[in-house]
Amino acid sequence: MATSWQEVFELPQGAAPGGHVVDEPPEQERRGVFRRLRESLTKSRRALADELTASLGDSFDSETWERLEEALILADVGARTTADVVGRLEREVESGEIPDPEAARERLCELLAELADPADGRIDLTQRPAVVMVVGVNGSGKTTTIGKVAWHLQRELGLTVVIAAADTFRAAAIEQLEAWAQRAGCEIVKGSPGGDPGAVVFDAISAAESRGADVVIADTAGRLHTHGNLMEELAKVRRVIAKRLEGAPHETLITIDSTTGQNGLRQARAFSEAVEVSGVVLTKLDGTAKGGIALAISGELGIPVKLIGVGEGLEDLRPFDAREFAAALLGF
Amino acid sequence: MFDQLSDRLQSTLSEVRSRGKLSEADVDRAMREIRLALLEADVNFKVVKSFTADVKERCLGAGVLDSLDPGQQVVKIVNEELAKLMGGAGRDLAFASSGTTTILMAGLQGSGKTTACAKLAKHLAKDGHTPALAACDTQRPAAVEQLVTVGKRAGVPVYQKGTDPDPVEIAEWALNRARAEQRDVLIIDTAGRLHIDEELMDELARVKKTIKPHDVLLVLDSMTGQDAVNVADEFAERTDFDGVVLTKLDGDARGGAALSVRAVTGKPVMYASTGERIEELERFQPERMASRILGMGDVLSLIEKAEEVSDRDQAEELERKIRKQQFTLEDFLQQMRQVRRMGPLSNVLGMLPGMGGAMKQIRGANMDERELDRLEAIILSMTPQERNHPGIIKGSRRKRIARGAGTTVQAVNQLVKQFGQMQKLMKQLAEGRMPSPEQIARSASRSGGPRFTR
Repeated sequence: MATSWQEVFELPQGAAPGGHVVDEPPEQERRGVFRRLRESLTKSRRALADELTASLGDSFDSETWERLEEALILADVGARTTADVVGRLEREVESGEIPDPEAARERLCELLAELADPADGRIDLTQRPAVVMVVGVNGSGKTTTIGKVAWHLQRELGLTVVIAAADTFRAAAIEQLEAWAQRAGCEIVKGSPGGDPGAVVFDAISAAESRGADVVIADTAGRLHTHGNLMEELAKVRRVIAKRLEGAPHETLITIDSTTGQNGLRQARAFSEAVEVSGVVLTKLDGTAKGGIALAISGELGIPVKLIGVGEGLEDLRPFDAREFAAALLGF
Repeated sequence: MFDQLSDRLQSTLSEVRSRGKLSEADVDRAMREIRLALLEADVNFKVVKSFTADVKERCLGAGVLDSLDPGQQVVKIVNEELAKLMGGAGRDLAFASSGTTTILMAGLQGSGKTTACAKLAKHLAKDGHTPALAACDTQRPAAVEQLVTVGKRAGVPVYQKGTDPDPVEIAEWALNRARAEQRDVLIIDTAGRLHIDEELMDELARVKKTIKPHDVLLVLDSMTGQDAVNVADEFAERTDFDGVVLTKLDGDARGGAALSVRAVTGKPVMYASTGERIEELERFQPERMASRILGMGDVLSLIEKAEEVSDRDQAEELERKIRKQQFTLEDFLQQMRQVRRMGPLSNVLGMLPGMGGAMKQIRGANMDERELDRLEAIILSMTPQERNHPGIIKGSRRKRIARGAGTTVQAVNQLVKQFGQMQKLMKQLAEGRMPSPEQIARSASRSGGPRFTR
């Protein structure tokens, strides 16, 4: 019972997603994607499943708990969150609530899914135009994610999207986003390299309004949260958006690379302080990393994961499903 | 955070001093703290296990030194072992004795390869080489354009053939061109790829087989978590690499991934990328990385950077003064001038111990160029005696200084207070004790106090 596109994107009342013919991604790309997904899932699933079968075995002893902790830590869940979750499970087992290792596996999955589901996991697209700002550290997958989201919104929900190329810093960032806009079949508003990012989003909103487009998605330059001046610049872009359109941005998504370790929590925290992050896109989950840091982010900051990226192709985006995520993390 | 770790260890080992020796139980408890610290730093779980087992041996029976408390002593041992592991046997870039040296850059998507290519080119050019870049990333939209742009910034030619040809073909062609144009180094940028992507890993192997590079570098994001080991293992097995370029170190990730890769593959980290500007690449320093992983910051880097812009003598003198606790306002002024020449302040400040969390407070203090100008004006209005002995600056002197600098008595008071705190900091550094983030924040903050919002 995976979350569907219609469930993750919140649309205005009575909106009837019209047909919107968008090209399928080329056949070769799709085959490659599925093959990689199968391979990665098989490999990582096997590894963790083995680990966990060994952990839970036939009986519970101190080694059981140690190995469980190991499995979670290897998934980047982090020492603290791991201790909390395993501790809780241990107490439940000791109090007799959990009859056998199989039930323990189930319960663990439940606990993780709970952690991964702290708040409304929907993406608010009820306003017109709905403005989505995408932020994150360098290389986390912002631009690729925007291409995918734009494609899915047009294809699955029949919405018209305008992309704002507000990364005016990175070499060839505008060209990169242009290529994605072309693939996704949507319009792009750009400024000049080195220009003011806020101005680009401003223009994009105006363009969307005049053309009656549904959604504006704004790309921003990747930046490390340790650079105060860059975080201040991001806050400024947000202010420009808010001034231009009341209530905007309606969603601010942070892309978190699923290979990121504990620093992901610091990233989410710092970006949240600068611009009020409303959701996480966990990217590059087609690798062997489990993205467990997302649990720490949900757990400690209450920011839900809303989407996951599973490859470099247009199609490689999925709505986040807490249950599925927890199961995949545990290798079930 | 070193301070926290040291404190935690201290409370764990509080009994030890009286006994004068670390027992096995003591060490076990200490190792648990170390394990946590290393996990928080993203060192791979299995590497942490084997590393702490090795360190335990060293700690067992280690006599308790007088100058350090047991907690500090354990950390000292751990730091040394980490540095040994990070350093040790390794190699520099291998260069061809004649003709064109080829360096192949590989890594996951988003790791920072393209930027690293340009930086490495610039770095080598500074050393007198004539590098060129080859654009072999035919996957990522506008990857070629990106390399062309950064190549221009680095002042090196970029050989590209668009995205239609096979990367192997482009690499071969680029190498021929490099040879024809007598470039002595060719750095080959490649597409980011997953270590489990059969097709792309095969492609990389083919590029390697065809070009036979002198060096293959794995570009690794310093914020990578537990998965770093899997990535490195696979790359080592499929194509093998000679060294690592660790990127985005201007962030506050502790960088444990570097340790994991070193421990598991034995490959050394060769370069550290510390910012988005083209000059921000340096040779990797294992001791500094060890300290960073433990959370001890990068004081050495700061001093070295200072050395780069100032006289060697001046730097030595300063070190001597710091050690002898003779650091004066005159020195402070000098340091400020040098700090200005050092590059983005945040980078430099970020090298001080425990800066990560305190960074925000410091940036809140807005220690920018204008602030430094103001401070300089105040210091210049002081007599040399006042600069060397700020303690004598009272009442009428403060008024005079304020007038001379065109500022208020409050501003003068603040500077003297700030300086006093900095002196304390220097004193602690001299005595081998690491200051806490709060202390550092206090000494740098305009208001003279930390502004923690939580």
